[in-house]
Amino acid sequence: MGEMEQLRKEAESLKDQITAARKAVQDTTLQEAAAGITVVGRVQLKTRKTLRGHLAKIYAMHWAVDANLCVSASQDGKLIVWDTITTNKVNAIPLKSSWVMTCAYAPSGNLVACGGLDNMCSIYNLKGKDGNVKVMRELAAHTGYLSCCRFLSDSEIITSSGDCTCVLWDIETGTQKTVFAGHQGDCMSLAVSPDFKFFISGACDFTAKLWDIREGVCRQTFGGHESDINAIGFFPNGNAVITGSDDATCKLYDLRADQELITYQDSSIMCGVTSLAPSLSGRLILAGYDDFNVNIWDSLKSERVGVLAGHDNRVSCIGVSADGMACCTGSWDSFLKIWN
Amino acid sequence: MSSSSSLVAMKKVVHQLRFEASINRVKVSQAAADLQQFCIQNATQDPLLTGVSSSTNPFRPQKVCSFL
Repeated sequence: MGEMEQLRKEAESLKDQITAARKAVQDTTLQEAAAGITVVGRVQLKTRKTLRGHLAKIYAMHWAVDANLCVSASQDGKLIVWDTITTNKVNAIPLKSSWVMTCAYAPSGNLVACGGLDNMCSIYNLKGKDGNVKVMRELAAHTGYLSCCRFLSDSEIITSSGDCTCVLWDIETGTQKTVFAGHQGDCMSLAVSPDFKFFISGACDFTAKLWDIREGVCRQTFGGHESDINAIGFFPNGNAVITGSDDATCKLYDLRADQELITYQDSSIMCGVTSLAPSLSGRLILAGYDDFNVNIWDSLKSERVGVLAGHDNRVSCIGVSADGMACCTGSWDSFLKIWN
Repeated sequence: MSSSSSLVAMKKVVHQLRFEASINRVKVSQAAADLQQFCIQNATQDPLLTGVSSSTNPFRPQKVCSFL
């Protein structure tokens, strides 16, 4: 009895310590520091391509690293690999379970993965010998839905789940290498750092956590959001994290200062953020919302500098291509659009 | 939940908080300056920021030139 109370007190005291330590380095704010630079001019992107073919809501998309290919997942039970320049479907992969919530393209371009309410992450080999795309591995161990997955290589993938954990898998053996536990709510999204040493997760406990992949530990936890974090991404230099939440805001947290630096919000925006992606320089943050739009934010000035309006339903996913040339949005209206 | 397992869970929470409290933190002024510098240094290489001219835009259909 006494020990529990003691531990609780120690936890509270440590939380206060962290708050104080963060305040101690807060010698300015990003707003003040960026006061001297001007807001980016109005960003007007146009739809260059519309990718038609899915027959139901699109839940996820991910760009390939090489070439102008991307993969999308829809609850019509298909994973489609698109050539975004020609709009041709390179592969149309039928899924065992149509309740898909995420998809990912391996950096090599050889594999794609997906998963959802089946609680599994299925890996598909796009470069099979006979030309057929088949399931290569089914990673099963999560006790909740698969919300997100990202490849580290052709042999390792990280998944986030509604069971509140994230897992690093060995694809070859189909086994869990590391379980990252700590979130107190469904893990909704994850992103891998540019150097592949860390990943961040956003969850329904309103926090984002930074994990050391090899050590298997959580290094930092960021709070501040007032609702579920649905989307998360790394600032391109790997030193900051951007989150998008049901509380209608996006936030930027700096990893080295260990705190939130800025919030992207507007009183006219009252719906949740579903997805986000930074532009190549990090100056622009493109965020998809429940109100069918994508808002483009000046990341340093926290001002809205553009809107992408073109979908007839919620924008569920967004991604900026590897060379930064284009942004792709996927929607519940079953279409993907390429913008620049 | 038995009291011993909640004790174990609480010990983990405290251990984790101790770990997170111990990290070195950089001043916000430094962090902010580095973010700004990264943005500015890479601005010209950011097509969505600078805009893409139609002649170099792979997503814009090329107008076909025909020799008459």
